[in-house]
Amino acid sequence: MNTIIFRTIAPILVAIMVVFSVFVLLRGHNEPGGGFIGGLIAASAIAIYGIAAGVSEVRKALKIDPLAIAGFGLFISGFSGLMSLGAEAPFLTGLWTYFEIGNAKVDFSSVLIFDVGVYLVVLGTISAIALALEENEEGE
Amino acid sequence: MEFALAALVGLFFATSIYLLLSRAIIRMLLGIAILGNAVNLLIFTAGRLTREIPPIVPHGQKQLIEPFANPLPQALILTAIVIGFALFTFLLVLGYRAYQELDADDTDTMRIAEPERAPRPPLSY
Amino acid sequence: MGTNLVNEETLVLPKAMIEVATNAADWVIILPVVLALLGAAILLMLRSTLRGQSVFAIIVVMAIIFIDVLLLLKILEFGPQTMTMGKWLAPFGISFSVDVIGAAFALAGAVVTLVVLIYVQADIASREVKYGFYTLVLLMLAGVSGAFMTGDLFNLYVWFEVMLISSFGLIIMGGRKIQLDGAIKYGFLNFLATTFFLIALGYIYGLVGTLNMADIAIRAGDAPVGPISAIGALLLLAFGMKAAAFPVNAWLPASYHTPHPAVSALFGGLLTKVGVYALLRTLILILPSAREFLDPLITGLAVATLILAPLGALSQTNLRRAIGFFLIGGVGVVMAGLAMPTMRGVAGASIYVFHSMLSIAALYLLAGLIERMSGTDDTRKMGGIYNASSLMSILFLVMIFAIAGLPPFLGFWPKLLLIEAGASQGDVVLIVALVINSFITLIAGTRLWSHIFWRVGREGENSEQVNDRLEPLSLKDKWFGIAPTSILVIIVVWFGLFPNVVFDAGRTAAADLLFSERYIQSTGIDMDIENIDIENIDIEVKP
Repeated sequence: MNTIIFRTIAPILVAIMVVFSVFVLLRGHNEPGGGFIGGLIAASAIAIYGIAAGVSEVRKALKIDPLAIAGFGLFISGFSGLMSLGAEAPFLTGLWTYFEIGNAKVDFSSVLIFDVGVYLVVLGTISAIALALEENEEGE
Repeated sequence: MEFALAALVGLFFATSIYLLLSRAIIRMLLGIAILGNAVNLLIFTAGRLTREIPPIVPHGQKQLIEPFANPLPQALILTAIVIGFALFTFLLVLGYRAYQELDADDTDTMRIAEPERAPRPPLSY
Repeated sequence: MGTNLVNEETLVLPKAMIEVATNAADWVIILPVVLALLGAAILLMLRSTLRGQSVFAIIVVMAIIFIDVLLLLKILEFGPQTMTMGKWLAPFGISFSVDVIGAAFALAGAVVTLVVLIYVQADIASREVKYGFYTLVLLMLAGVSGAFMTGDLFNLYVWFEVMLISSFGLIIMGGRKIQLDGAIKYGFLNFLATTFFLIALGYIYGLVGTLNMADIAIRAGDAPVGPISAIGALLLLAFGMKAAAFPVNAWLPASYHTPHPAVSALFGGLLTKVGVYALLRTLILILPSAREFLDPLITGLAVATLILAPLGALSQTNLRRAIGFFLIGGVGVVMAGLAMPTMRGVAGASIYVFHSMLSIAALYLLAGLIERMSGTDDTRKMGGIYNASSLMSILFLVMIFAIAGLPPFLGFWPKLLLIEAGASQGDVVLIVALVINSFITLIAGTRLWSHIFWRVGREGENSEQVNDRLEPLSLKDKWFGIAPTSILVIIVVWFGLFPNVVFDAGRTAAADLLFSERYIQSTGIDMDIENIDIENIDIEVKP
């Protein structure tokens, strides 16, 4: 599994997968994609990096405990639901606003924050599980 | 079409219940996995089958045009798959740990929590 | 624009979105669940910092209790409350519909959680904090509160699973062999129960085309009785398994005594009660015709549970397993109420659940202290604790009297209501079973008490031989162990002496369960429009 070809390709592959996962996350509102599938892609990128470079290397690169990432994701998801309190709307109501950047109109919404939260939860939990399993394998 | 799927659901249920009746934990786990698929297929069939018409609002329209596939069962199944997957993973790891620690894959020999020869309560004060 | 454009003027759509502003005060409906979730998220982020987690968790639970009280007061004054997520109208959005039993059970659950959180301060290891004990407890509270408050059947399934997965984490915390053994049985059976529930959900959706509880209650009346009864039977099996009613109760005495006593208390106080609550909610409010069809079966199961459970307790020498059987007996009492859907019967069942949440948790916590003092879980080797701690012996005896249903404790009143209900219906079998249950529970409980407390020494030695293996409780154990447990006991005694508040709440709860009008009205579903086409939803288009 841990051949030189794989080890050379892995960093490039991981970088592309992470960027792609963010792309999938952002196009998710009206087209196929979204936080869940984006998070899965990012987590598989991390799992690949773990196989190629070893778990301790990944933990060093991540800097934050994967489960803490998941906790942060859960927090901002819940918080995005609470934001509609200010708008006199029920829990989890989507709030929309627009920015003009140059000539482009950019949508920004509480739905997006929720989706980013889902992305982080999936990324955190799945990579925590993957890293724990890989650690087990290395130990044996 | 519904008949074929209903028969398949029945077959899945029969298989999973047969496996769940086993004493070996690994078979019970397989039974649980098949049971989850049976239920998901059941919900899918219960939402009525519509072929090849995805529930996507066409461009420029404000609502779906009849006929279209019912999207709700698919959302329910997606949720159920994710949750079922999480629980199944937990049970899998638990079964493995139990096999390592208790040295038992047979539920009949797992008697630590319920000792086989439990002492009788005293008959007097 | 497409060629096959629907002419918008000829299209009549039912209203799907809320157009009025939501009052900030309405947020008490959702806040208990949201606070618990956010609290769990923050604790997960701070997983590696050991200090301060306990204080933070206790503050969060106190805030939840405060909001639960506000919510309960509001419901008692204005009737059931509903909030539908994301500005949708029920049944299109997911609703949280809370009536008196939902709010009261959520409150009792939060109180039990608070007491347990204080109780564990005496002996929690830093390894367990790091493992995520507080996160799991808050997640479990979120799941339990969500299950009590949701107005959507599929959402109920999701909360069941939230609860289940955090309870998995709690039951194996510590990782002793006996816990693995218990967790296998607990895990498989509970997973199976929720899967049965999911099967029933699939059938309900196929039959009536909706999953909103109020909407099902409206439409199930027109549905054919046969399929509805089959669904009811599946729900009875699924929730009966969750609640540990006879004959699917075997997992409970096999697992509830294995984890830390505080975790046992949490499970005994919260988890089985959610199953019981779901039985009351689905079979009385949503599918009354199914309940009617299943009535003889429910009566039989209630009688069997009522009589067999305390007999199980009688034959146990393991203290916490014996308490597990008392817990099952309590489920039988609620099943008796389910078999008698009159005002008195349902009120009695609801009050009994409330009482059982508090008193079973208190019993498990006391059992934990007793095990710590005597260093064993065998009741025959415990003797002599009366000398070491007379306060504990009083607390334990009061709790035994309460669950057996002796006056003047809280457990007496719901049993009285149930016996009255049975008398007015001429249901002699249930009355006799209820009395036998109280009687055997009393025998089993007082026998435990006399062996643990009254006997001077251990079983099998001379009666004057003092038990020399008892270790007196440390000061820490006294403050963090006995004090919070006493709070639960005081609540049970207080409501037993002054039961009027509980009676009023129980009556309202029963009325809202039996006559669904107020509950359905609160969701805003128009009862006159019988056949809304569920597919005809006005899709929100992004501007």
